Amino acid sequence: MMAIPTIVRERTPQLVVLAVILALNAIISPGFFSIEIQNGRLYGSLIDVLNRGAPVTLLAIGMTLVIATKGIDLSVGAVMAIVGAVAASLITSGYSLPATLAGALFVGLACGIWNGALVALLDIQPIIATLILMVAGRGIAQLITEGVILTFNDKPELIFVGSGSFLNLPMPVIIWIVLAILAILVVRRSALGLLIEAIGVNRRASTLSGVNSRVILLAVYAVSGLCAAVAGVIAAADIKGADANNAGLWLEMDAILAVVIGGTSLLGGRFSLIGSLMGAMIIQSLNTGILLAGFPPEFNLIIKAAIILIILIVQSPASQTAMANFRANRQTMAIKTESREHAAR
Amino acid sequence: MRTFKLLAATAFATALTVSSAFALTVGFSQIGSESGWRAAETSVTKLEAQKRGIDLKFADAQQKQENQIKAVRSFIAQGVDAILIAPVVATGWDAVLKEAKEANIPVILLDRQIDAPDSLYLTAVTSDQVHEGKVAGDWLVKTVGDKPCNIVELQGTTGSSPAINRKKGFEEAIAGHDNLKIVRSQTGDFTRTKGKEVAESFLKAENGGKNICALYAHNDDMAVGAIQAIKEAGLTPGKDILVVSIDAVPDIFQAFIAGEANATVELTPNMAGPAFDVLDAYLKDKKEPAKWIQTESKLFTPADDPQKVYDEKKGLGY
Repeated sequence: MMAIPTIVRERTPQLVVLAVILALNAIISPGFFSIEIQNGRLYGSLIDVLNRGAPVTLLAIGMTLVIATKGIDLSVGAVMAIVGAVAASLITSGYSLPATLAGALFVGLACGIWNGALVALLDIQPIIATLILMVAGRGIAQLITEGVILTFNDKPELIFVGSGSFLNLPMPVIIWIVLAILAILVVRRSALGLLIEAIGVNRRASTLSGVNSRVILLAVYAVSGLCAAVAGVIAAADIKGADANNAGLWLEMDAILAVVIGGTSLLGGRFSLIGSLMGAMIIQSLNTGILLAGFPPEFNLIIKAAIILIILIVQSPASQTAMANFRANRQTMAIKTESREHAAR
Repeated sequence: MRTFKLLAATAFATALTVSSAFALTVGFSQIGSESGWRAAETSVTKLEAQKRGIDLKFADAQQKQENQIKAVRSFIAQGVDAILIAPVVATGWDAVLKEAKEANIPVILLDRQIDAPDSLYLTAVTSDQVHEGKVAGDWLVKTVGDKPCNIVELQGTTGSSPAINRKKGFEEAIAGHDNLKIVRSQTGDFTRTKGKEVAESFLKAENGGKNICALYAHNDDMAVGAIQAIKEAGLTPGKDILVVSIDAVPDIFQAFIAGEANATVELTPNMAGPAFDVLDAYLKDKKEPAKWIQTESKLFTPADDPQKVYDEKKGLGY
């Protein structure tokens, strides 16, 4: 038998689900896998999945690290709205692109550090600590945009971040792939990933054994804020405007779902960034598939919920055990039949 | 202490005399400022009041009915001549409206209807959402003529009344014209982001957009998102695919100027103008108006000097 790399073997459920959903999409819409070059960029439904999935993918990177520490970050959608508003107001008041991006990312980082401080320094439970910014964030964003959709139709340099392309790939796709690779290298090529998992398993024990859990906790929330900032800039640049009411609305839920589908437990500990990225792609393939299918919109959420329920049931510990038992039974049966045949002879 | 109270009372009385120098005092309980359109409605109402020399007392309810009821009660206590309410919800108004009626203060509803006996208010000034959809549909029927035309529709938030009514009106308008057909209809949640994403899927599903002749969006924001998607697909919005939408927010006029959109139906933010007109007639000649005053759903196309309309609307806080 050919040796399957561990990384593939560990993520088999996600790969199977992704393959099944993509196959379903191809049945629904025969041109799903066709990719052509349009205006110097790759164009097709598959590219749409990668491109539209960018915000959730980025959020999922930060969310995975936070969840691995047994935390959760509910504020990421609101941070996207704040950062989009900041980016739009900076660029429209005449700042250059580097200054705008730096300002926007700094605000996202500050939001993350705020969350991290509440969790790591004041020991407030993460769900409550981040709920504060989730609720307040949209208000802050609206204050920045003064309640209107702040547009920047005449700023091609910022629009490029959302709808430009590089090497024929849409910019958002490049950004999330680069950031994902960076994040994976940082946590897996150093001990950082292990330390994050240690905190998630038992924060007190890891502190006692010399892990600086405060700094690491602060850092993971800061990273989550930063990821949300990048997603916020992309979302604003994509529509050439900052929509404080709707940017990133409910995306924190999709990001959490992506992490869970990716096989990381909400109880903290072991995490998989690759799994979360696949989770995000599964969710986006589902969204795109539903849009392509042409069902009446009343069914959108029901279909999505039903499919996600199936995925979670398949992944649940109970059905995993059942499958393992089934496999073991079949093996013993096979062995029994074999030995009986032996005896008969 | 007593002298202070006396002083305060005198000051209050003086304030009253000053305000009675105006023709009328009208209280306006606004929902809040949740959307650009709402902000525009507020500023237009203030402008209209100023134009008529009406002293407008403005109360922002921040999306809460309890704040609106408080505001109405305080207007009654202040003895205003009339009250305008943009009701945040449809139910729960009976008690406070009865109080206003007992105080002989006429109440006019702006922009939304309520579930209460219509004897409790003077009139309601609202747009007709079904009619808005119909105006958009009529424009498309006229523009397309006898040519076959596949339409894709971006609906508003599923189940919301503007989405249901604007869909219904549009379908009524194209009914009986067999060359016009809605081939795809999906919700874009009234937002630019979703409008763009859904439009992308429409384009993919309909042979790269070559099968689509027109796009109908239940609001301008979704149309603006869709226009970007059409451009990114290598087609020319406004030419290859006709774009018609509703609301007439300033940004759609920019699209008109760029030749990327073809028509929009205005949801006028000027609900107060007609309200003040009927109020005037009622207070002067005791003339009871109809219980529903429908605002005009005006059609705008690039032929209507979009730059001028854009400049006019830009300052209204959209």
